[in-house]
Amino acid sequence: MTPATSAADRFARLPELLAADDDLRRRGRWACVDCRIDIGAEPFFLSIVDGALTGFERGPRLMKGTAFTVRATEEAWTRHWAPVPDPGWHDLFALTKRGVASMEGDFRPLLQHLQYFKDLLALPRRSAAG
Amino acid sequence: MAPKLDPHVGRYLRLEIEGVPHRLYFEEAGQGIPLVCLHTAGADGRQYRHLMADPEITSRFRVLAFDMPWHGKSTPPDGWEKTEYRLTTASYTAAIRAFCSAMELDKPVVMGCSIGGRIVLNLAIAHAREFRALIGMEAADFQQPWYDTAWLHRPDVHGGEVCAALVSGLVAPQSPSVSRHETLWMYMQGGPGIFKGDLYFYRVDGDLREKVKAIDTSVCPLYLLTGEYDFSCTPEDTLRTAAQIPGVEARIMEHVGHFPMSEHPEKFREYILPVLDKIASGA
Repeated sequence: MTPATSAADRFARLPELLAADDDLRRRGRWACVDCRIDIGAEPFFLSIVDGALTGFERGPRLMKGTAFTVRATEEAWTRHWAPVPDPGWHDLFALTKRGVASMEGDFRPLLQHLQYFKDLLALPRRSAAG
Repeated sequence: MAPKLDPHVGRYLRLEIEGVPHRLYFEEAGQGIPLVCLHTAGADGRQYRHLMADPEITSRFRVLAFDMPWHGKSTPPDGWEKTEYRLTTASYTAAIRAFCSAMELDKPVVMGCSIGGRIVLNLAIAHAREFRALIGMEAADFQQPWYDTAWLHRPDVHGGEVCAALVSGLVAPQSPSVSRHETLWMYMQGGPGIFKGDLYFYRVDGDLREKVKAIDTSVCPLYLLTGEYDFSCTPEDTLRTAAQIPGVEARIMEHVGHFPMSEHPEKFREYILPVLDKIASGA
């Protein structure tokens, strides 16, 4: 039996998912920011320039600064990325309201490009869990 | 070829609200029992366009949806540039009653969504005898805030886009993409600070906890409908509210979020028609 793909493994495919989405990159074309996304205990460091990923590093990095961090539990991301997520697991703010995700840092670039980031972080929904 | 026209028509109504002259835009369709529809915060009456195009409803109801002052095509009051817009329980209630009175509506049904749902509860508390029935969608006596409204109106964040992006999560994933994006478009078109000003009522001034216990559904029937994907006004919020009101009919709508009438009109129909049937039959 093949072990189920972890949420972090699914998120690791983000560069190819974004590269395949011309519309999302178009909508995010004014977004330029470094941010950190934690999938459970595993951090990812994203460098975004003009809506495209120019850097994508998996795992801890010493003293690497980012504008903001979005964290959620492994279960939260897994349920968020279900083909049709259940109520209360279907949106980033639904996750924060139920206490399974958090956002911290400089909210300005996040809120300036909020739909872009919501859609970016939902991209793994398109890749099936193993 | 004859022009393809939607059945509803729009007009402007001159009236006074709390002594201030206003010019409100409204749309209407149908004949029969007046059914006044209240849009959500930061949006406008277009949310009800599908209801107004439904012969099963407009054959029995005169459906009216007005854009609240400062919203949609309603003109803000003279001197608006010198004030900061803030909706209150008193001003919202006054606007609804002024509209119904100016239009000479005979015991209308009022149906509202989100802030419209909350104010419907206040109508049930304070003015029940004026209405034939009340319908609150996404309504509760109180809801926990889930973001800081300061982000809705500042020069370094596009107000329309951030409002739409925030509420986009309140649309159910099952809702058709076209309807989802039409719903969000209205949020992108709101005036600066208007959504934020509406939420002053929602979060600060309109707390109806304890007060809903005074609702007497024998005076005016009350129906509550909430979408299962609404995490702003959750099904639990609505059911907790309903548990305090004897005789209320509350129902949770599957595959629907915070904007049932505009995000998924076909699905909403399944839930609103039985309610309107009851009202039309006088049950």
